Amino acid sequence: MQNESTPEIPLAADGRPLEQSLQRALRAQKIRAFLLVVPLLVFVLITFLAPIADMLYRAVDNRIVSETLPRTVEALSDWEESENEPPEEDVFIALYYDLFFAAENKIHTRLGSRLNYQETGMSSLFRRTGRRVDRFDTDELTDAFIDFDPRWEDPTHWITLSEHPEFANQLPETAGVWDDWTQLLIAEEDELSEEEPEDLIYFALYRDLNNIGQPVALMDNWSETVSAAQSFEPVSLREQFADADEDWLLPSVWGTIKRFSPTITDGYLLNAVDMQKTADGIEAQPESRQIYGLLFGRTLFMSLVITISSILLAYPISYFLTSLPMRKANLLLILVLLPFWTSLLVRTSAWKVLLQQQGVINDLLVWVGLVDDANRLVMMNNQTGTIIAMTHILLPFMILPMYSVMRTIPPSYVRAAKSLGATNWTAFWRVYFPQSVPGIGAGSILVFIMAIGYYITPAIVGGTEGIFISNRIAYHISSSLNWGLASALGGILLLAVVILYWLYDKFVGIDNLKLG
Amino acid sequence: MDMNTLPSYASTGEKVWFYGFRVLCGLIFFFLVAPIIVIIPLSFNAQNFFTFTKEMLAFDPAGYSLKHYQDFFTNSDWTGAILNSIRIAPVATLISVSLGTLAAIGLSNPHMPFKRLITAFLISPMIVPLVISAAGMYFFFSRIGLQGTYWGVVLAHAVLGIPFVIITVTATMVGFDRSLTRAAASLGANPITTFWKIQMPLILPGVISGGLFAFITSFDEVVVVLFVGSSAQKTLPWQMFIGLREQISPTILAVATVLVALSILLLTTVELLRRRSERIRGLTPG
Amino acid sequence: MTLSKTLAAGVMTLATVGSALATDLTIVSWGGAYSESQQKAYHDPYMEMNPDINIINDESSAEAVAKLRAMNEAGNVTWDLVDVVASDALRLCDEGLAMEVDHDDVLAPAPDGTDASDDFGDLIVSDCFIPQIVYSTTVGYRSDAVGDNPPTDICAIFDTETYPGKRSLEKRPINNMEWALLCDGVPKDEVYDVLETNAGQERALAKLDTIKDDVIWWSAGADTPQLLADGEVIMGSTYNGRLFSLIVEQNQPVEMLWDAQVFDLDGWIIPAGLPDERVEEVLDYLYFATDTQRLADQAKYISYGPARESSAPLVGKHAELGIEMAPHMPTDPNNSKNTFLYNYEFWADYRDDIDAKFQAWLVR
Repeated sequence: MQNESTPEIPLAADGRPLEQSLQRALRAQKIRAFLLVVPLLVFVLITFLAPIADMLYRAVDNRIVSETLPRTVEALSDWEESENEPPEEDVFIALYYDLFFAAENKIHTRLGSRLNYQETGMSSLFRRTGRRVDRFDTDELTDAFIDFDPRWEDPTHWITLSEHPEFANQLPETAGVWDDWTQLLIAEEDELSEEEPEDLIYFALYRDLNNIGQPVALMDNWSETVSAAQSFEPVSLREQFADADEDWLLPSVWGTIKRFSPTITDGYLLNAVDMQKTADGIEAQPESRQIYGLLFGRTLFMSLVITISSILLAYPISYFLTSLPMRKANLLLILVLLPFWTSLLVRTSAWKVLLQQQGVINDLLVWVGLVDDANRLVMMNNQTGTIIAMTHILLPFMILPMYSVMRTIPPSYVRAAKSLGATNWTAFWRVYFPQSVPGIGAGSILVFIMAIGYYITPAIVGGTEGIFISNRIAYHISSSLNWGLASALGGILLLAVVILYWLYDKFVGIDNLKLG
Repeated sequence: MDMNTLPSYASTGEKVWFYGFRVLCGLIFFFLVAPIIVIIPLSFNAQNFFTFTKEMLAFDPAGYSLKHYQDFFTNSDWTGAILNSIRIAPVATLISVSLGTLAAIGLSNPHMPFKRLITAFLISPMIVPLVISAAGMYFFFSRIGLQGTYWGVVLAHAVLGIPFVIITVTATMVGFDRSLTRAAASLGANPITTFWKIQMPLILPGVISGGLFAFITSFDEVVVVLFVGSSAQKTLPWQMFIGLREQISPTILAVATVLVALSILLLTTVELLRRRSERIRGLTPG
Repeated sequence: MTLSKTLAAGVMTLATVGSALATDLTIVSWGGAYSESQQKAYHDPYMEMNPDINIINDESSAEAVAKLRAMNEAGNVTWDLVDVVASDALRLCDEGLAMEVDHDDVLAPAPDGTDASDDFGDLIVSDCFIPQIVYSTTVGYRSDAVGDNPPTDICAIFDTETYPGKRSLEKRPINNMEWALLCDGVPKDEVYDVLETNAGQERALAKLDTIKDDVIWWSAGADTPQLLADGEVIMGSTYNGRLFSLIVEQNQPVEMLWDAQVFDLDGWIIPAGLPDERVEEVLDYLYFATDTQRLADQAKYISYGPARESSAPLVGKHAELGIEMAPHMPTDPNNSKNTFLYNYEFWADYRDDIDAKFQAWLVR
């Protein structure tokens, strides 16, 4: 390559063309710079981005239904809610098997809670039925089998049957149930040969023997067993379920199960915007349950009020600070930074002391005579409390960017305007203020972003009206346990923050963020 | 208009404006510090409640006591919490500072690819609502066995401290003269020596003040630790949160007073560092 | 270079401080005066007998169900023993998050040899639940704010004319819904039949709506005592033990309104999925902490009734104040003239449904 280079091209010391060499150096610099960032990038990816992505997945994750009720979900595929009839017997049978094992594994109540988020009443339905499902009248069939041949009572007889190579082919339903049964016993560390088979296994066998086409003898005495089973009195599971809870005859119950059977759902996200999935498609929630629009609105409104009050308080202060000589200004700036450095909890508890009805401010007002002792002001456990405390807490985030912008505005401009005849006010409004707008913008977006995600302060001074969407998210995580909805609400909040953050970066520049 | 002095020929309107504006600013400064000031006397309350008693208002010595301070320094709940905070915050700070400083140096390189995007990403832990970060970490750390462990809390706090280190260190890097490193390199120093001998002393004020921010972030953080930690990692803010919710005890106010004193100490340090940094780099006359 | 080594060494030291050789036993409870009574009656004597055991208190009982679920999902249970109310125990047991125990096997018999299960009797409401105390949720009021007309009836909560001022109620439907129906004219024995229906739930919320603007909602047991002490509310519901310490230990001008107090149970569950050797340690502690004497000892520090029948005669005087504890127990005949029986089964079944409605009503 070097041989082909013409003498006009400048060469670097190593004889390579200079341009190429420079590019190499540049690339090396790029790589070196990037390598310095890599460790942190990986760290933040693992400890921060991965958790958030994991949480967002919960907003759509819905494996619980098809994992808890696999047979039912499959059987329901042929049923349509629009027919306005409860499903056929085979769906009830599938539910019988599923619910039995779910109850044994103690996961049916969790499914009930999950479905209850979509339709109230499901939780109690699953709980009540779960208590009943192992006491269904299917024991009549168990007794019939044992009456016919007492060996059926013996687990080892069943084990022999299950070991026959044609078992799964000939008796598919029984084989499926038997499989789950053995797994259950393994999980509970019980011995298969010692545990009496449950009624549903007899029931499955009864079903298989009644559907059998060309019987292949699986055991001795087999054809007699088949014909005997065909003469047993059938048990209607539909009646059994209706007996446990007549809600099982409501098509809406089955509609809910069917609608929420896919492994991915938009149900939580819809709930987060006050919508729901019904038999007729996506609809608004009933009015009494529309709360998230209200809460998001409240969060935005309060954040806006907090931002505006911060601007109003921060502007004079920043202006005043710029007019002082550097040393004095820095000293006063400590007063701004002190709250910034003081524990959030400390400041919040201080506001609690100040704002309550028997608190310092009310005491003072009563003492001065401005307020009657019987009509003390209510400044806490409502929006006022949240707004006052959070304005105080976020004020430094407004003052610092504002001050740093104002400090760069040359005072000579205002002086020039005044020497040209402008009044004080005109000089300020037409000359000074426009130059300080970037500071207002930077501070406002920062304060607004921080405000809409607040949690601790509203929780302590906000009561029920002064809480933010974050408080609701926390409530769903630790109290109602509706983690899917918490994640969906979190996703929406996150989206709002990311948009604001993007705006901040676009208009202010993320590298212009200063801390004191 | 010079706000600092009032010329002798000022009109009445100008005088009113001059003093009115100062009073207004005084009130706003008062608003900023009043909540912090009001807790200091209350922390000496002889009663177990958050209100000023009649004795206190009458300056009766019987209304005051040091018992909440005594409780703070002797009650094992509080001392354990202090110990936990002291075990967690420095380690989290060390991680934030070391990884953050390296990255900030990389980010200050003019040839850094995707600089803006990466900076925005690295600063995002400061922007994302804490309850979202906390919930995400709670679920994810549970899954990988870090929930309720010392290292879980340390890593969570480290990531929250990183934006502060990035911001302060890149700020000091702005005035950094790159020809210095090139000179050192041309004199035969290897990159590591160059870093410790040339670069580090110059950006040290930024590193330390970033470190202080990261430290206070961990030391003051309550939301994430409530989710990610377990009682074995109960930090001071956590105990304070419990104190606010669970017990009727102004001990929390005594803690607050101690923390305010600590803040003033740290704040003075940062201010001195800033002055030193600006003096070194000759950026400011004052 | 040496600097970084020193730092690294420092970090390692910091990381290991405190993790001494003792076996840690993490016990989750409610915090406040209640945890203190457990500390004095159970933990301290147990640790004295077993110097190699170090008990760590975790005050997360309020979030126990959520945290146990997350731990279970991750297969990493970090708690050893959890103090929960009976309804949470039922729920945890239903969901397989708590371990089933044979009460006669793992608990001490009464001094006279009665089996543990008979000694605890009906209070064993779930196979996973080891009862500890009987407490009640009741109402306290400022005696200096009611003049000559102190409230004697639970419906004073809803009577804002006679008793103007704020009242504090718990931020959940349980108890509030029942009181609302009682004061809306539903006979005591029909409350749960009414509450089972949509119309009944609406009716209870409508009654609560009449005082919504006057309520401060609490979520921690100490909120009401704090609010009463600060004079922020005229009356408020909370656990009777918290009111006891406010009235008797802190000498605040507050009185109890025992009418329609709601009895509830609190006790232990062992989280499911603990390794065998940890279960063994927990059971050893539990055998000690739930014996007749220990349960009676707890009543020296807080006015909750011991769950064992055999403990009742041993309940004596307050450990520090020396007053008789019996008259302050919710079960004392003077206090239990009109009590309300809380229906666990009902709330286990309807909790999700009614809670969703209540919370939606609350934020509106």
